[in-house]
Amino acid sequence: MTTTLATPRATESADARLRRLLTRLTGDEKHAPSSHSTLDVLWVLYDRVLRVTPATVDAPDRDRFLLSKGHGPAAYYAVLAAKEFIPAEWLDDMAAWTNPLGHHPDRQRVPGVEISSGSLGHGLPLGVGIALGLRAQGLTAPRVYVLVGDAELDEGSNHEAIAYAGATGVTSLTAVAIDNQSATHGWPGGIASRFTVNGWTASTVSGRDHDQIEYGLRANQPDRPHVVVATIEQKG
Amino acid sequence: MREAFYTETKALLDGDTRTALVLADISAAALEQAAQDHPDRVLNVGIREQLMVTVAGGLALTGMRPIAHSYAPFLVERAWEQVKLDLGHQGVGAILVSVGASYDSSASGRTHHSPGDVALLDTLDDWTVHVPGHPDEVGPALRAAATHDGPVYIRLAEQRNESPYRTDGRLHPVRRGDRAVVVAVGPMLDRVLAATSGLDATVAYTDTPRPFDADGLRDLVWEVTAPADRGAAVVVVEPYLVGTSAHLVSQALASVPHRLLSLGVGRTDLHRYGTVDEHDAAHGLDPASLRAAITLHLTAPTAAQFGAI
Repeated sequence: MTTTLATPRATESADARLRRLLTRLTGDEKHAPSSHSTLDVLWVLYDRVLRVTPATVDAPDRDRFLLSKGHGPAAYYAVLAAKEFIPAEWLDDMAAWTNPLGHHPDRQRVPGVEISSGSLGHGLPLGVGIALGLRAQGLTAPRVYVLVGDAELDEGSNHEAIAYAGATGVTSLTAVAIDNQSATHGWPGGIASRFTVNGWTASTVSGRDHDQIEYGLRANQPDRPHVVVATIEQKG
Repeated sequence: MREAFYTETKALLDGDTRTALVLADISAAALEQAAQDHPDRVLNVGIREQLMVTVAGGLALTGMRPIAHSYAPFLVERAWEQVKLDLGHQGVGAILVSVGASYDSSASGRTHHSPGDVALLDTLDDWTVHVPGHPDEVGPALRAAATHDGPVYIRLAEQRNESPYRTDGRLHPVRRGDRAVVVAVGPMLDRVLAATSGLDATVAYTDTPRPFDADGLRDLVWEVTAPADRGAAVVVVEPYLVGTSAHLVSQALASVPHRLLSLGVGRTDLHRYGTVDEHDAAHGLDPASLRAAITLHLTAPTAAQFGAI
């Protein structure tokens, strides 16, 4: 069977390509890609930062990206298709019985997906374990990026990970918190402070500005874990 | 048991760079030397059991073989979703080593008791469960677990049998009889031997209730002379929740006429402290209670007789 990948058309912008792939996923032609809260951060990660390709999804020294906020994975799947980790055909019938793509990603079924997520509050502690496992094996080059949502931080398991990673210096870990102010009781004083009080460095950037996002993602210091708080418009 | 675990774990950490140990303060002092020798592979996350289990999952995702250890209620029950998702659903394993179950911390009360740990693991796939009955059975269980990547639970009890037995995963007859098969798991063996003294029953031992040795049980039950109208008498004595293995015994004996008596720890929260012996007595797991229950089962009373008792 011939598989048509999401090969970029010569004249097609990245934005148009993602819009086309997202339309295949959602059947929704009206909404701009900006309706997906994670899309810009995901694109910058895969386009500019992560050292992982479809050919290196099993390489021990690859960078890891963990989507902890596993719900609403359309943007994630679109980016994986745009970068040719998965066939674009998979986007057409998400969550069908035979389709590896579902409403929460499954690492055992989707190439390039590092963790199976869906239940909130598991990605950050898994990222801590992966970072420590790589360090214990002398793999100091890879970085571990974990995307969480601001409402996901309600889950207490995140705070076990934040406190421990800060206290013991899990330096290869970067959390990316997408902040669309959706946490029911909010985070007075800001999300970044929850991390910095525990010894993390933090960058707060616009979650829609690709250069700012990249800057934040590259602002980690050698001796501490890092968080990028990517602020976007409030969830409607 | 605990000392054997410390010794074997230290040896594994020294000998195999794939091995890692994740703690949540419990036993950290006893394993301090290992932590100093292997600071990247001995990780004490503080009193954070969810994180302990999830970090074990993360380590396994990088190809390491993690051991996570704490009191059973905190290792298995408090961190249950982490066991289910961050090991099972990710498709990785770990070696979980508990102390304190079912009520070894008797005086600590219900918060520190965990009779339901093995029953919980039975809701998932592929777990190997070891319940050593003697400190000498701890090393073989741990070393076997270190050779693969599957999920393994090792349940370390304070109670123990006088002698160690074979730990090859099979059900082994310790005494032969003709009228019943009594299965004793881990530290239940010596009291089962005492309780069945003089009874015409096979007593079989295992330290490995999962995977359950269905073939071994079937073979033993076939050898028993069963009353034609009632089937072979089978008794399972487990140190955790009563009936935990009943579904597997039922599957194993699906084509063999039998009557099963399950003995173990009851479901009721007794709201009691006291000693382990007192808890045993309350759950009918002392030798006298076991003997009474097993004897009654062997006599195979009819329903009418049951009513008269």
